[in-house]
Amino acid sequence: MLNKVLDLLDPLLILSAALMGVALYLIFVWVPTETNQGAVQRILYFHVPVAWGSMMGIFVVSGSSFMYLWKKNEKWDRLAVASAEVGVIFGAMMLLSGMIWARPVWAVWWTGEAKLTTALILFFIYVAYLMFRAYFPPGTQRQRLAAIIGVIGAVDTPIIYFAANLWSQAHPPLVTGPAADAESALGSDLGTVLLASTLAFSFLFIYMVQTRYKIRKSEDDLVELKRASSASAMTGAN
Amino acid sequence: MPAVVSQATQLAVKADAVVKNFGETAVLRGLDLELPTGEVTVLLGSNGAGKSTFLRILAMLTQIDSGSVSMHGVDITENGPSVRALTGSVLHAPMLYADMTVRENLLFFAEMYRLQNVEDLIAGTIQRVGIEPRLDHRVRTLSHGFQKRVALARALMHDPQMLLLDEPESGLDSESVAQLDSIIADYKSAGRTVVMTTHIVEHALEIADRAVVLNNGTVGLNSTKPSSDKAEILAAYSSKANDQ
Amino acid sequence: MMGSLAVIWAIGRKDLLLEIRNKDVVVAVAGFALLVLVIFTFAIDLNQGNAELVGPGVLWAGIAFAGVTGLNRAFALEVEGSTLEALMLAPISRDLIYLGKALGNFLFIAVAQIIVIPVFAVLFNLVVFRWEMLAISLLTTIGFSAVGTLFAGMSVRVRAREVMLPLLFLPVVTPLLMAAVESTSHMVYGRSWSDMAQWLQLAVAFDVAFLVVSAFIFQHILED
Repeated sequence: MLNKVLDLLDPLLILSAALMGVALYLIFVWVPTETNQGAVQRILYFHVPVAWGSMMGIFVVSGSSFMYLWKKNEKWDRLAVASAEVGVIFGAMMLLSGMIWARPVWAVWWTGEAKLTTALILFFIYVAYLMFRAYFPPGTQRQRLAAIIGVIGAVDTPIIYFAANLWSQAHPPLVTGPAADAESALGSDLGTVLLASTLAFSFLFIYMVQTRYKIRKSEDDLVELKRASSASAMTGAN
Repeated sequence: MPAVVSQATQLAVKADAVVKNFGETAVLRGLDLELPTGEVTVLLGSNGAGKSTFLRILAMLTQIDSGSVSMHGVDITENGPSVRALTGSVLHAPMLYADMTVRENLLFFAEMYRLQNVEDLIAGTIQRVGIEPRLDHRVRTLSHGFQKRVALARALMHDPQMLLLDEPESGLDSESVAQLDSIIADYKSAGRTVVMTTHIVEHALEIADRAVVLNNGTVGLNSTKPSSDKAEILAAYSSKANDQ
Repeated sequence: MMGSLAVIWAIGRKDLLLEIRNKDVVVAVAGFALLVLVIFTFAIDLNQGNAELVGPGVLWAGIAFAGVTGLNRAFALEVEGSTLEALMLAPISRDLIYLGKALGNFLFIAVAQIIVIPVFAVLFNLVVFRWEMLAISLLTTIGFSAVGTLFAGMSVRVRAREVMLPLLFLPVVTPLLMAAVESTSHMVYGRSWSDMAQWLQLAVAFDVAFLVVSAFIFQHILED
């Protein structure tokens, strides 16, 4: 029993939990309330790190998809699917926390700002990536095709960002809230807290991807076992 | 036995430890098989033994998960287009455009194979498979057996080194089967290779030079005298069929 | 080189011949897009002088949605008789199959637009018969067929391909859709080429990027 609990205590988990504690202390106790936006500004200490995590997810999916097409090694496919799933979770948290922050500060839930548009479209592409994997019959063809979606997403990213930028220049976002364009009064404190929080979420991200990768590996091993056992069953029957 | 000497590069097919899985189903589990040039090989085995999958791998419709396959000494994964020019395939589906006529289909595929003197070629091929009277009929209006013959014409048109046939007799009447036999015999006498599956096992063993029984994703039996080993082959094959 | 072009053209011409006989794809695309336009003329009050404002968006959203159904249909036809496998058997490299199919899809969506855009001009009372419209339409259709052919080829073996294709296709073509809508807006407001230059450049970049990447990547798609 105790062994099982200890098995769960991965060093990465301990590290990210400890950093998370530090980040929570800094966010809610140490850093003073920002004067323009009020308490709601503290959401950014959460929002920016999860946005960073979702970007890492996209980056790893693209990179490992490319590597899979090149090397055809299963481990790249496992890494791609693990970081896609974790990246989509982080992306959902990013979109939600951003909207909760924007409503009081910008007076809108959503606006056509370039970074928001880009994030939303990329989120949809990686949701489609996961849905494709769920719908397609298993086998190496599924891995190849999923990797292609990963690569296409990477090719599309700069184009989406450029287009979203052009678009928001033509249609300036309606941002009318109390602190729409006021400079932050926090200075370097803001940077310190963001750094701690981003580190905490980065380690959480790595831990989650690593765990998902291991589960994926077990799933593959199980499939391998099923294939082998069906072989011995057939031989036994002869 | 065929006159062609089977040196390493003269092998029509060399499959080495070929593995192919579809999800949890392992179809080929490290298949090793060498087929010399100029032989008619019949692949036997129960449903799901991997016969069709192996033919699809040779036709380059299916990628292998590991191992290697070469045809006439050329690795198929690295030289796709040039290897595909070596083979002509008739698989389960006729693979024809139903709303185009027989002639339009053959003209189109002649372009895909970049053939010259297409009119003469088509005239010769359709005579060989006996489809002249329906040349300007749409494929949709033809019977299954006739579509099979058109598919055979499509496979023969570019005069391939190797014919891959997956149950070519299905849907054919006895006259057409006899015609198919003569085409296979022509191929063999020209020193070329035929790899086929069949559901008329006894007949196939008469015309084949080699019978390969696939069992459990590997070669269970490889006989070079199929007509005299018939009893043994049928026993190996039908005991497997009974297991299903 | 000439041989490759001949193969691409042969595939495109074959698709066109089948389309002339069956009229499966163009009718579906044009019909769907026209319905979207008509429904929007009810959904939006066009008497307020806002046709210029909403018209371009409605037009391109309609063509994008209708295009997806057409792309689905076009690839389904190639799979029904296993004729895609017959193309795969041929000693041509896979990128030629891709480019040939993309050419066919380009022609279908382009022909559908020849029907849809004049009706759009009538319903929204906008002047669209200009060179700008031709340029926008060509660039957008090239991009749609480049991405759509790749994803339609990937979706054919998916259980719910009618759902899968739009989920893959629409987010990826969003930048192109923005370019089409914004340039068309500039056009209906009577602005010059230089106003829409950046958007047209973006569309060109999108088309080139996805044609090249898709042709290169298509070899990984077809075999199971």
